[in-house]
This record gives sequence, structure tokens and C-alpha cells, in this order.
Amino acid sequence: MESIVNLRTSIVRGESTARATVSSAVDSAEKLNETLNAFLQIDRPGALQRAADIDASSHKDTMPLAGIPIAIKDNICVRGMQTSCGSRILGPYHPQYNATVTERLLAAGAVIIGKTNCDEFAMGSSNENSAFGPVKNPWDTSRVPGGSSGGSAAAVAAGIVPVALGSDTGGSVRQPAALCGVVGLKPTYGRVSRYGLVAFGSSLDQVGVLARRVSDAAIVLEIIAGRDPHDATTANVVVSDYSAALNEDVKGMRLGVSRALLGEGLDSEVREAIEKAIKAYNDLGAEIVDIDLPHANYAIAVYYIIATAEASSNLARYDGVRYGFRAEEAPALRDMYRKTRDEGFGPEVKRRIMLGTYVLSAGYYDAYYLKAQKVRTLLQQDFANAFQKCDAILTPTAPTPAFRFGEKVDDPLAMYLNDIYTVTANLAGVPGISIPCELSSEGLPIGLQLLGPHWSEANLLRLAHGYETAHPFEHLPAVYAGQLATK
Amino acid sequence: MPITESDIEKIALLAHLDITDDERRMFAPQISEIVTYVEQLNAIDTSAVEPALGGLTREGEQTNSSRADELEPSLGQKLALDQAPDPASGYFRVPKVLG
Repeated sequence: MESIVNLRTSIVRGESTARATVSSAVDSAEKLNETLNAFLQIDRPGALQRAADIDASSHKDTMPLAGIPIAIKDNICVRGMQTSCGSRILGPYHPQYNATVTERLLAAGAVIIGKTNCDEFAMGSSNENSAFGPVKNPWDTSRVPGGSSGGSAAAVAAGIVPVALGSDTGGSVRQPAALCGVVGLKPTYGRVSRYGLVAFGSSLDQVGVLARRVSDAAIVLEIIAGRDPHDATTANVVVSDYSAALNEDVKGMRLGVSRALLGEGLDSEVREAIEKAIKAYNDLGAEIVDIDLPHANYAIAVYYIIATAEASSNLARYDGVRYGFRAEEAPALRDMYRKTRDEGFGPEVKRRIMLGTYVLSAGYYDAYYLKAQKVRTLLQQDFANAFQKCDAILTPTAPTPAFRFGEKVDDPLAMYLNDIYTVTANLAGVPGISIPCELSSEGLPIGLQLLGPHWSEANLLRLAHGYETAHPFEHLPAVYAGQLATK
Repeated sequence: MPITESDIEKIALLAHLDITDDERRMFAPQISEIVTYVEQLNAIDTSAVEPALGGLTREGEQTNSSRADELEPSLGQKLALDQAPDPASGYFRVPKVLG
């Protein structure tokens, strides 16, 4: 898969066309979907029409994404396509408006080829919670792609599209990126508009980018980032020239490592990969400093109180009245609500709604929800203290490479513990990026994660790019679009 | 604190979920285990700690997000009803409210 810059340059110069580029992406998406189940909708006619419009446009040379095929997670609104959130409760829902990120991508000339599969309402770390069947990992189809943005990660890993959008509430962009061997970027809370992203945990949700290479993630972030009057939580902070930041080297940057986070529960091959990455950064001239996040071990507990509390409130809107699915044969309004929600939601969503309802209920609010918000403050202070000593923190993205389907599905707590390295960033509102660094002995990708202070995306991209340039990850998965042409 | 099947029933009622007996039996031990896990937070002394307020950064808090009080275009009745399971005469129709 060529980079965005190369694809765009050939289209703008007339050496290739948007139609040919998009057509090839749609062909691969359709062909590989039988194996991967990465897409819930592929819009061939819409995408080809739009590509033809771009080809015919007289000002395509002003569009930074002219003719670039992109996939969008099915919890982000794109007018004219479905938005199911991987759930039955949204039924045949087609949003009447575009998310702000969608508008910005379209204005930049991107061509959206389809909507990608995900865990229901972005709740899950394995994609096994999608009502439409799980996405398969392109590296080994007996394994999970990670979650919840598993479809977006698989579509990029399999070479169908150079970039895709996902959403990250507790690691849902970074963890599938790690498990599928691609780049996954979660921006600072307030960096990218959430307007048109279906809400899960509103104080944690952020739209993120999955890409084959760091430079492509930088280009897309620059387009989607910035203040949006439709989302009051977007901040008035200048959007940097993220692509330019990539040209600076990493020499002299301070990289924090918490030894406590590399202990118990971490797969030995992941630990080795991270130790190698630490040494690699040292060789590149970065200074490695010891840091401590004393409350990081409590992050999962804090996260699963706050995220479920917010979810129980956000998901109250699915009641069968204004849109989506409605259960038949309910004699009275209250029965209709209860039947609709019981038939429409899957088990993990119900589990989280009930947990969230419980921690917010009378008599328990102080013990659970308020307590969690206090420990969240302590965790935020941990990060602020650590960033006094370093420019970014290096950790694994996930404790293990991709696991097999069914391995954790009956044990929700074991599944939650998989998010140990990623949830902290959402609780503290800081940005994070996962990049592939090694292959395990079983041929599965391992990701390293870099976390930075608020608004430090440029530094994170620079650090990630420095590593990527020195240690290019050139392996290809077993299921890959490029091989279609030779068959 | 252990969560019983009768607790699950109460929570489901609060959450407007008409769960089945099988679900109730499955959820009770699972939610109980998760609640026990999150209770490890009790080990931390937070008596002098202020609770976090959402996810906003300092810059986010300082951003003025109010706008001029002027009429702007909206979806309109037709589009707003377009996705409803049972629209009728310009309304969302629902089953009877009083049972």
C-alpha cells in the first residue's frame, strides 16, 4: 500500500485516477470481507461516483486527500450510509447528518468506501461483541483483531485502505492497532470533534486514526483536528503542522519508562520487544528516564466505574421511539422500552449498562462513582508529575499479542484487564500512539505505546516516526490485498 | 459486595431492561466479580482529593463555547421523523402510556 502522499500525487498529476485507486480499494474490501468481516457496509456505487467527481474537479490539487480511499468505523455518522454501532438496536438507522470528522475528510477530497465493524457501541477488546459477527485478524484468522475498532484496524492491516477512523474510549484505536500491526493514534481529549460520533463514555471518547504509517496518521490528524462549534469540549488550541514535526529527530528527547508497568501479567515476548524498543530509542539519542505512575494499577477499576456510568446514561436514549429498532407486541410504553432494549442490546452492553446503573444508584454513588472520580484526579496528577521529567512515556500497548476467539469471552473481568496500558490515557485525557515494533515467535505483531502530555501530538508523531524510520515494520499479514493482484 | 440475582432484577428495572432468567443467572456472578474488583479503590485514602470533573483539559475549560443566540437551520419535522419506527401525522407514535 502506497503512502497517502504518493497516492495523492499520482492522482493529482494524472498518472493515476481517483477512480482507479478507489475501485481497487473497493475490490479488495469486497473480496477480503468474506474472510475478515471487517466491513458492515461497502458503498461501491457511492464511492466510485465520488471518485469520478474528484477526477473531474478542477481544484483537486488543493485537496490534501484527493481521491484517497478511507474506511470509517460504524459508530461515526456518514450521511447516506448506515450507522449501526455493531448493534441490533439501531436497526436500519441512517443518520441525516455527517459527523464533523466526516465533513472535514470529505472537504479534503477523501472517498469513504464503507463502514467498519466494531464491538457493539465500542464496548469490547476483541470484536466478539459485534452483533454482526467478529472481525478476523488478518495475521491469523483464528485470532481476534482487538477492539473495539477491529474492523478499521483489519482494513488498514490488510492493505484495503491506507487509513481509517476509529474511536478510542479506553484503548479502542490503540489496542487493535497493536494486535493488527498498524499505527493507532488517540488524540488529546478535545483535540478532535465528537459531533456525530455515537456517545459511549463522553468524558473519555475521542476519534482516532488507524494508519499504515506514522506520516499518514499525521496528515489525517491535521485535517480532522480543531475546534468545532458543534462539540463544546473541543478546545481553542492551535492545530500544528504535524507532518512538518516528523522531520525533526528524536535526539535529546526524554522518554519515561515505568519499570513497575513492565512486571507481572506482561507476556514475556512483549516485554522483550519493549526492552528492545527502549534500547532503540536510546540508540537514536533519546534520554531514558525512570518514572512512576503510582495509581496506574487502579486505572482499570476507575475506568470500569466511570465508563459504565457514562454509558448507562448515554445509552438511555435507545428506547425504540425516535429511531432504530422497536420490539413488537408491547402493550404499553414501559414494556416497549424494556423489550426493545432487551432484544436490541447484546450481553456486554447490558452488563455495562447494569454496572453503570448500579454505581450511580442511590446509596452507592459516593462509594463507587465519586470514589472513582477522586482516584481519577490522583491518576491525572501522576501523569502531570511524570511529564515534569519526560516528554513522553513508553509502555506496551497490550499485555499480549492477539489472543484466540473464545479465550476470554466468558470472563468479562479477564477481558477488561487487557486494557491495562491504554485506559490511563483516556482517564487523564492525554494523547497516545501505538506503533508496531516486533513480531512474536508465532508471527503476531506487538505494539509499543507512547503517551504524551495534553496537546503533544506533534512530539508523539515525531517520536513514533523516528522509531519507524530506524526500524521499519515491513512484515505483511497472511490476508493482504496486495496479493490479490498476483493471484 | 456480592450482587445477588434479586439485585440484578432491581438494577435491570432501573435500566429499563427486560432481562431473561438465564441472563439474570449469568449476570449476577459476573457483575459481582467486577464490583469486588473495583472495590480495591477503597484501599486508597482520598479524603483530601477533589473529584475529577469530566475529561476536559485546562485549555478545554478555558474555551468559550457559547454562541450568539441566533436562529440556525435545524433538521425539520420531516427529516426528524424519517428514522422513527412508527411516525404518524407529524408525531412519534408510541404504545399507550398508562397500562
